[in-house]
Amino acid sequence: MTETFLGLPTTAPRGVGHLRGDRSFPAAAREALSDSQLRHNLAHATSTIRAKRARVVGEVDDWEPLRLAGEAIKTATMARLDEHLLTLEAAVTARGGVVHWARDANEANGIVTELVQATGETEVVKVKSMATQEIGLNEALAEAGIAAYETDLAELIVQLGDDQPSHILVPAIHRNRAEIREIFLREMPGVPRDLTDDPPALAEAARRHLRAKFLSAKVAVSGANFGIAETGTLLVVESEGNGRMCLTLPETLITVMGVEKLLPTWRDLEVFLQLLPRSSTGERMNPYTSAWTGVTPGDGPQAFHLVLLDNGRSAALADEVGRSALHCIRCSACLNVCPVYERTGGHAYGSVYPGPIGAVLSPQLTGVQDNASLPYASSLCGACFDVCPVRIDIPSILVDLRRRHVEETAAGGRVPSGEQVVMAAAAWVMSDVGRWRRAGRAGRLGRLLARRRGQIGTLPPPLSGWTTSRDLPAPPEETFRDWWARTRAPGR
Amino acid sequence: MRVGLFVTCLADTMFPAVGRATVSLLERLGHEVTFPADQTCCGQMHVNTGYQRQALPLVRHHTEVFADCDVVVAPSGSCVGCVRHQHRLVAERYGDRKLVAAATRSAERTYELSELLVDVLGVDDVGAYFPHRVTYHPTCHSLRLLRVGDKPLRLLRNVAGIDLVELPGAEECCGFGGTFAVKNADTSTAMLADKMRHVLDTGADVLTAGDSSCLMHVGGGLSRLRSGTRTLHLAEVLASTEDSPTPSAEPDVSLDCSGVSAAERQAQRGGTG
Repeated sequence: MTETFLGLPTTAPRGVGHLRGDRSFPAAAREALSDSQLRHNLAHATSTIRAKRARVVGEVDDWEPLRLAGEAIKTATMARLDEHLLTLEAAVTARGGVVHWARDANEANGIVTELVQATGETEVVKVKSMATQEIGLNEALAEAGIAAYETDLAELIVQLGDDQPSHILVPAIHRNRAEIREIFLREMPGVPRDLTDDPPALAEAARRHLRAKFLSAKVAVSGANFGIAETGTLLVVESEGNGRMCLTLPETLITVMGVEKLLPTWRDLEVFLQLLPRSSTGERMNPYTSAWTGVTPGDGPQAFHLVLLDNGRSAALADEVGRSALHCIRCSACLNVCPVYERTGGHAYGSVYPGPIGAVLSPQLTGVQDNASLPYASSLCGACFDVCPVRIDIPSILVDLRRRHVEETAAGGRVPSGEQVVMAAAAWVMSDVGRWRRAGRAGRLGRLLARRRGQIGTLPPPLSGWTTSRDLPAPPEETFRDWWARTRAPGR
Repeated sequence: MRVGLFVTCLADTMFPAVGRATVSLLERLGHEVTFPADQTCCGQMHVNTGYQRQALPLVRHHTEVFADCDVVVAPSGSCVGCVRHQHRLVAERYGDRKLVAAATRSAERTYELSELLVDVLGVDDVGAYFPHRVTYHPTCHSLRLLRVGDKPLRLLRNVAGIDLVELPGAEECCGFGGTFAVKNADTSTAMLADKMRHVLDTGADVLTAGDSSCLMHVGGGLSRLRSGTRTLHLAEVLASTEDSPTPSAEPDVSLDCSGVSAAERQAQRGGTG
């Protein structure tokens, strides 16, 4: 072999960024489920946005062909991502931008920090960005003495509340307006003391607070919804216009983009700019779509840096089942329809990517063992797949990640868990009808556990998970196969 | 038509009345039902919990047992979903080409009960009689994996005497999800609570669905609440006739060992129940 083996792609490093929780999903969910205010806020917000999305998607006659086109473009793009990225780099460079490659969160944070330091500034304004949340950029900048100001309204609420985002699109979805008013009164300098929780009043307070930042900031940091390889154009799709302020007013713009956000051509946008707003905010078209290509003399930022981020994406791309999770355009439709997300909220997932897409993306970026409970945080109801604008088969990826988790755990050579023993025994019993018949008859011993009413009310752990809230019927006197054998002529 | 019954492991051991109702319904419609005696389980629990390799012998066994059937029916959306969508995946990953071919063939010939009735046998009125207030929960796998659509509702609407009421939030998961109900018991229970609230809001006597597993979940919750609403599988509603009605009340399950044999009780009860 003459080629140089570069090694397997690495996963996102530990100790930096926000892809791992400090608790398992069931433990974090238990706490969230008992927060009645959170439950109310989530149920209200997700049901509202679900209905909006359903209404505007229903208007589009060719929605299914659009989804298929989105899936096909993403699949084809990922298959040649390496080539497209080089095209993007060449195009950005030709238009006066500088491209930086970051293998992981530490490299990306280091690059951005050095770029800001080179300008001599100690403040940056930020456009809402999942990639910079993922790598923990704000914390890294703070360590270097640089203050990062979030300018997306919901991100501002999260930042002022010293909180974490709980939704991809609406990071403060877990807050209601009364809570937002309290945060503003507590944390926003110069806010009027008679501030009400009327949404226009809250928006006006945020507008005044942010306007000062927009006018003074010399450096902006953004993410990107799309990067167009053929022209080197980056795009941000938003509702508020605060992103456009950041993208146009400062002197230096630094964009951190996950490598999977790339699209080969402008023409591809035709599909995604129809799919994204309807799926995310439930709007026919989003109010602001900003596109910039390198540097334009005399207009907008005069220095532009693009940081291309891997941070586990190549590892995900290497998996033939899981790689379609990289097709995600961060619309959040899967979060809004997920019955698990609706009840637990985003923080229970421990990662900045919550909900169904987070449950398949986070474990791939970090390695399955570092997010081992997430693939199981789903009832596999399939509602996420139905609404996904690029047709990511999330339930199938969840099932495959469970397989990977089970097989990696077994390969680790530890003492088999109770579950492993039970599953192996069940497979042994169920692969032979004689063993199965005897087990079925033995199951009738379960009748001894039944109390009055023919129901079993308590079982030992881990089956107590069932009986804490549900009865279990006592096994019947006669299995179906015994009934068949008794009542039907043999051999039928 | 000659139809092979895949009763499913859950109905076999826990809900045999569902299997008996399926047999009685199909025979009443003039079809012959066979029960390949060596059948066990499709392996869904293994596949969906991550134990795909362990599911391989189950997939192999299942395809062998049903190899001679031209048409197979199962009273379960999720078990048919497993046979139709997951057996081939397991065979491709761990099996051989022969098993892939067998699993593909098996997938093409296996139907969920409402699919068999409406699509294959071409009936949406099975001549059933069930004079009770009923609401229908479309289980996730029948709805979104098999896409049975309104077939179960078409069958139910044609049941004589039925008072069929719409279930609010019907398409939302009940929270069962197999081992999810135990691994994430708290979240599962929160989902169950909302499903039960919707069921009870309808004032229905009976909740019906195409999956015994989901019914075991919601029914287990309703039983714990002493709600008085019981669950019956779609097959049990459709099997009910004026001559041999399925009771809407919970059967008498006093568990004393009275010495009365199962056969004697069966004879006393009569019919399929």
